[in-house]
Amino acid sequence: MMSINPGVASAGSTSGASLRKDGDPASMSSEPNKSPLSPQGGGHGRRAEQVFKSLAVAAAAIIVGSIALIALFLLIRAVPSLGADQVNFFTSTEFNTGDADNLRFGIRDLFMVTVLSSAFALIIAVPIGVGIALFLTRYAPKQLARPFSMLTDLLAAVPSIVYGLWGLLVLAPYLKPIQHFLNDNLGWFFLFADGNVSIAGGGTIFTAGIVLAVMILPIITSVAREVFALTPTAHIEAAQALGATKWEVVRMTVLPYGRSGVIAGSMLGLGRALGETIAVLLILKTSADAGGWSLFDGGFTFASKIASAAAEFSAPLPTGAYIAAGFVLFVLTFVVNALARFVAGGKVNG
Amino acid sequence: MTTMTKFDQPIKAPTFRDVSTARKIKNNVATGLFTLCFLIALIPLGWVLGMVIANGFEAILSLDWWQNSQKGILPDQSGGGVYHAIYGTIVQSAVAAVIAVPLGIMAAIYLIEYGTGRFAKVTTFMVDILAGIPSIVAALFVFALWIATLGFPQSSFAVALALVLLMLPVVVRNTEEMLKLVPDELREASYALGIPKWKTIVKVVIPTALPGMISGILLALARVMGETAPVLVLVGYSKSINMNIFDGNMASLPLLIYQELANAEDAGRQRVWGAALTLILLIALLYLAAAGVNKFLMRNR
Repeated sequence: MMSINPGVASAGSTSGASLRKDGDPASMSSEPNKSPLSPQGGGHGRRAEQVFKSLAVAAAAIIVGSIALIALFLLIRAVPSLGADQVNFFTSTEFNTGDADNLRFGIRDLFMVTVLSSAFALIIAVPIGVGIALFLTRYAPKQLARPFSMLTDLLAAVPSIVYGLWGLLVLAPYLKPIQHFLNDNLGWFFLFADGNVSIAGGGTIFTAGIVLAVMILPIITSVAREVFALTPTAHIEAAQALGATKWEVVRMTVLPYGRSGVIAGSMLGLGRALGETIAVLLILKTSADAGGWSLFDGGFTFASKIASAAAEFSAPLPTGAYIAAGFVLFVLTFVVNALARFVAGGKVNG
Repeated sequence: MTTMTKFDQPIKAPTFRDVSTARKIKNNVATGLFTLCFLIALIPLGWVLGMVIANGFEAILSLDWWQNSQKGILPDQSGGGVYHAIYGTIVQSAVAAVIAVPLGIMAAIYLIEYGTGRFAKVTTFMVDILAGIPSIVAALFVFALWIATLGFPQSSFAVALALVLLMLPVVVRNTEEMLKLVPDELREASYALGIPKWKTIVKVVIPTALPGMISGILLALARVMGETAPVLVLVGYSKSINMNIFDGNMASLPLLIYQELANAEDAGRQRVWGAALTLILLIALLYLAAAGVNKFLMRNR
């Protein structure tokens, strides 16, 4: 290394001489090439090194610890309320915390609305996200690919409350005819059956799902873009040499190579959709009846239920009911995100 | 005679055949679909931004908007400003940044410069999990710990604590990426001079990675600024300004939007759109600053 880069070597020897004067011969006697990653300092330096390293380890420990604390404290607050629950927590559709002596809360309906809206969002967003990623990595002109990518990333910069405003005040009226059409013509299918809120009001899972799809699009796109860009050139050139058209190249090399990345990106998007709070809270209309797995139902997701009651968090037992719902949401997103990481076989950025 | 006809035809089939029509069509359809996907994504972006600007620009044009709070303004009365909410938004995210940035940078330094073995893997995994934690769960956790268990009042500081959880993974990941980009030769050159590792990190590695780190931090700030769930759970709305982050209600732009949505009057709607545009402008400013830092500081190297 010294011979390759004589400039560094000579600079090293001159300032090394001045260092030697400071009475720090240990650092010069150790061979830098043998152990470049653990140079030995003097006694004072070693203590500073220890302090710095412990700070870094402590910061990492705080992050690991905070996840454990989140699980712990949510559980601590939720358990007394779960004990006081008069109905089955998992199968009841009630969520009535008005009377602290007679708590009746269950998550069946919350779970249904959460899963249905997120799954619907995912079904819309994944194909479009993959299409965008393919366009940006394989089709767009090289000079335009970067600005175009930034445009799609900008979708992630819009605050969720603004998406909520958009969905509630602007998008919902436009979706009304589509929803009426689906309801009238495909009403025999459970997803498009009559829901427990009126379609004319616009506050259906259908509307919320489309807004959620827009919100998770940038995550799916950016993860898919990353893996598609990593497709080995040799694979692509081999396909081209066999006379494949551009689409065939994509189908035979890029898509199979990026499959795990697309799945991981979708899981990250799913995690984001499951936990989205304010946009869903603004859009979904409430209903007195339990839902029946229709896209035209209303109601609450875990997150929007908690947020809707946030102003009333005072008595510990009713609040614990919402914290219990929050714990379920925490577990759900934990599993989904862990799966995403597992599928990608390592780190995924979203 | 028969031999003559043979000369008319090629002895063997041509090596290259034209791409069949079916394949051509498929190829073109695919190209069209992918381009369409991209255009579809631009629709909501343009629509949302256009909508906010068109509805909100009237409200933010007045000087009052930037200098006054909503104190004494009735729901059906227009006028007043969002100074108190801008203050809240900026202070809450700034306090969060003060805690999250050093923590995140140190954690990233651990992962890149020191981390080996099991604990580093666990940390990377937990950063990924933390990145996926919904903001409402972070808010509930702070509520359960800070307010319900430790007995502190609802305050902006509690909001900031929740924002720390949301900001941390973004800072860690971005810093990690930037530290990875620092060439090992720089570190080795420093070690060769006998500089201890910690000093190498502080004086060589971090300055090299600094522009990227700063722009990443600005983007992380932009991300937490628009968070609504923590402010809903952890602090009440106030129409007038409150400088104290440890006590009392404090407005912020998302909270103001949420509150004014319940107000059916025209004046309320106008405030909703004005606040939404103000929030987007703040975020845009941070994005521009991030791009500027990247461009300006990188060029000086």
